[in-house]
Amino acid sequence: MTPAVEVNQVKKRFGTLIALEGVDLQIDQGEFFGLLGPNGAGKTTLIHILAGLTIASSGNARVMGHDVVTGYQEARRLLGVVPQELVFDPFFTVRETLVIQSGYYGLKKNDSWIDEIIHRLDLTEKANTNMRALSGGMKRRVLVAQALVHKPPVIVLDEPTAGVDVELRQGLWRFIKELNRDGHTIVLTTHYLDEAEALCNRVAMLKQGKIVALDSTQNFINSISGISIRLRLSPGPIPVSIESLISSRSEGYCILTVKEYSEIEQVLGTLRKAELQVLEMKLMQPDLEEVFIKIVGSKSD
Amino acid sequence: MIGFYTLFNKEVQRFWKVSLQTILAPMLTTLLYLLIFSHVLEEHVQIYPGVPYTVFLIPGLVMMAVLQNAFANSSSSLIQSRVTGNIVFVLLSPLSYREIFLAYVLASVVRAAVVGMGVYLVTWCFFDVPLRSLSWVFLFALLGSAFLGALGIIAGIWAEKFDQLAAFQNFIILPLTFLSGVFYSIHSLPPFWQGLSQFNPFFYMIDGFRYGFFGVSDVSPYLSFGIVVTCFMAVSWLTLRMLRTGYKLRH
Repeated sequence: MTPAVEVNQVKKRFGTLIALEGVDLQIDQGEFFGLLGPNGAGKTTLIHILAGLTIASSGNARVMGHDVVTGYQEARRLLGVVPQELVFDPFFTVRETLVIQSGYYGLKKNDSWIDEIIHRLDLTEKANTNMRALSGGMKRRVLVAQALVHKPPVIVLDEPTAGVDVELRQGLWRFIKELNRDGHTIVLTTHYLDEAEALCNRVAMLKQGKIVALDSTQNFINSISGISIRLRLSPGPIPVSIESLISSRSEGYCILTVKEYSEIEQVLGTLRKAELQVLEMKLMQPDLEEVFIKIVGSKSD
Repeated sequence: MIGFYTLFNKEVQRFWKVSLQTILAPMLTTLLYLLIFSHVLEEHVQIYPGVPYTVFLIPGLVMMAVLQNAFANSSSSLIQSRVTGNIVFVLLSPLSYREIFLAYVLASVVRAAVVGMGVYLVTWCFFDVPLRSLSWVFLFALLGSAFLGALGIIAGIWAEKFDQLAAFQNFIILPLTFLSGVFYSIHSLPPFWQGLSQFNPFFYMIDGFRYGFFGVSDVSPYLSFGIVVTCFMAVSWLTLRMLRTGYKLRH
């Protein structure tokens, strides 16, 4: 099967700044793929190259087998992009915007699908409102609708939930997950690692224009061994055997790392013998954020 | 084809929705020029024998409005889209660079035609302007507005900010139109300026357009036609090249 997205040795330079330093990537059809990395890592540049908004300095990229430069018309027909910036055309209403966008893709009688996306993105009440009069969250929904107007098999979302309220975020993800189930390939960049963890089956981590890690989300999480326990204890000397398990301390809390759940009982037993009381306890599951910090070396902000 | 038509239609709607500013305002400006210049000069100037100065002025002013509005339409639409970022919707689409070119140029031609016709119709109520050859009039209006529409695309892409576009308009387009013989025949100029005027493509547009009305012109309409076509092709080639390579649009 043709890969949904194929990126071969793509390099991009803006003057002296190197934005991408030879990126190779293949995303299969039907994947829900996450592109993670700190600001300036090159996520948006990579997406822009796929979309034809940026031209790679060298290397090539394909969408569903069509080169984004030599076969740009076919490649763009198969790709829907939700841009990061909140852009809109102030001359038109929501529906007009979507009809125009359809037309750009050569679609004339697209009203039933336009009605459906308006409905699915909860824009029905605002369908005949001028874009200028919409709130930020509403404009964001229209951007998503515009990217879907031609039913592209590959959908790219560049930080779609930045600055969006929880309700819309959940509604949006429900919709996108459904599209993914229907066979659309989803490529997502986000700063919210919990979102990536919940949605993406595979994740690439970018740092300074290079892919530094690429694996399934599950493998990433499994790569962190052990369970962390956050404890607040009553004052008193901590037994040596426990002291050795402490991985970090802050503001009265200490974080212990154990290998298996069965060890937790031993820890509690030792504490009881030392007459230390557990005032608070929280078990922390390994998550993508932890992996991300380990690999990229900074928090995704 | 649907893609091209959609973009063209969107561009027409864009200026139509603000027609007070894009159609009525330039019409008023042009009519004020006519009022003032004819008032001041009617008694003193006669350029073509038997043609009152005001009547001489009308075709020139109509063409000036045509040219300026064609330029204003594509250039302001593009700079607005670029500054606000919504040009991305066109850039993400499979529209070819030729379709983009044609849509912007034709929308400019439409706006120019509406303004030009508007001015002409108002003056037609008050003055008796002869119309010798509708085909020359039509041909020069079409070519002139297409030329300026394409030039507007270049300016709209080249300019990074509104004031750079204003500079393009004020330092290039405006002097070239004012010095193209809208208000006079270049035969009335000293030889040096006459010679210089012949390097101004706008002069041939106006002269040829005026020929359609009076059957008289400073140079042969065939020469003007040849020069205007050549200029249009040259500017179109450059515009298409810019759009194809993504100059300042696709980084």
